[in-house]
Amino acid sequence: MPLDASFVGRTWPAENYEVSLEKIREFATAVGAEHPLHHDREAARAAGHPDVVAPTTFPVVFTWPATKRVVDDPALGLDFSRVVHRDQAFELARPLYAGDVVTTVVSVDEVRELAGNDVVTFRCDVTDAEGSAVLTTTATLVGRAGDDA
Amino acid sequence: MTALADAAPGDALEPRTATITRADLVRYAGASGDLNPIHWNERVATEVGLPGVIAHGMFTMALAARYVADLAGDPTAVVAFSTRFTRPVVVPDDDTGAAVELGGKVTDVADDGTRTVSVTATHEGKGVLGKAVATVRLA
Repeated sequence: MPLDASFVGRTWPAENYEVSLEKIREFATAVGAEHPLHHDREAARAAGHPDVVAPTTFPVVFTWPATKRVVDDPALGLDFSRVVHRDQAFELARPLYAGDVVTTVVSVDEVRELAGNDVVTFRCDVTDAEGSAVLTTTATLVGRAGDDA
Repeated sequence: MTALADAAPGDALEPRTATITRADLVRYAGASGDLNPIHWNERVATEVGLPGVIAHGMFTMALAARYVADLAGDPTAVVAFSTRFTRPVVVPDDDTGAAVELGGKVTDVADDGTRTVSVTATHEGKGVLGKAVATVRLA
């Protein structure tokens, strides 16, 4: 079944997430990022930052759940059990810090069919409490065609 | 000065081997919130046609991002990073884990000093990340 192309350009209600020191430490430890800027508040402040810095891919902690809500919308027509994550991108306007309360708005950039597979590109625009841009992520998911397709 | 700060376009960056064990996947699952069982449950992974438990693509991407951040000497220097997930990394149920070879090459140095780095990640000789590109802005 082809995906609903009317999803392109749509956005979904914003979700808020509060970035914490301990979550940054936990994530940094999980990916082996030992730099003091991820773990040591005093070191981060001494380097001119307001608090510890999130690792590059940390935003998936909140952008993926926000995206998943759209993925799971039955109206889109994507069968998550057949979904493969094909591409991922992060673009940072500024570092993400502990203490940031960020807002994520998900939108669908592109819906298309490629060799019988459904290809959807989701974008997350993340802003801070002042409304300034923090980062943007894009994720392209491929819904593999079923045996009965 | 870091390796990356000194690098000119075309220069290869010092490679690194990252090892991924089942324990790493469990820890990453918890930290990231991605609890998809194909990343920790052999039964589910094989049921959906995979050769075994595979690493989260996002975990491999995180290791590659950390590699670039380490070369830059500053995690805030990596201002953009994108990749394609081309092959899964199958992580065996043993104490050794799966080895991922990370490498990089500076492809561009802009007038303002911003570096473009092309990153490679291979497992058993085959690429697991494709078109992996980092933008690095050194202070």
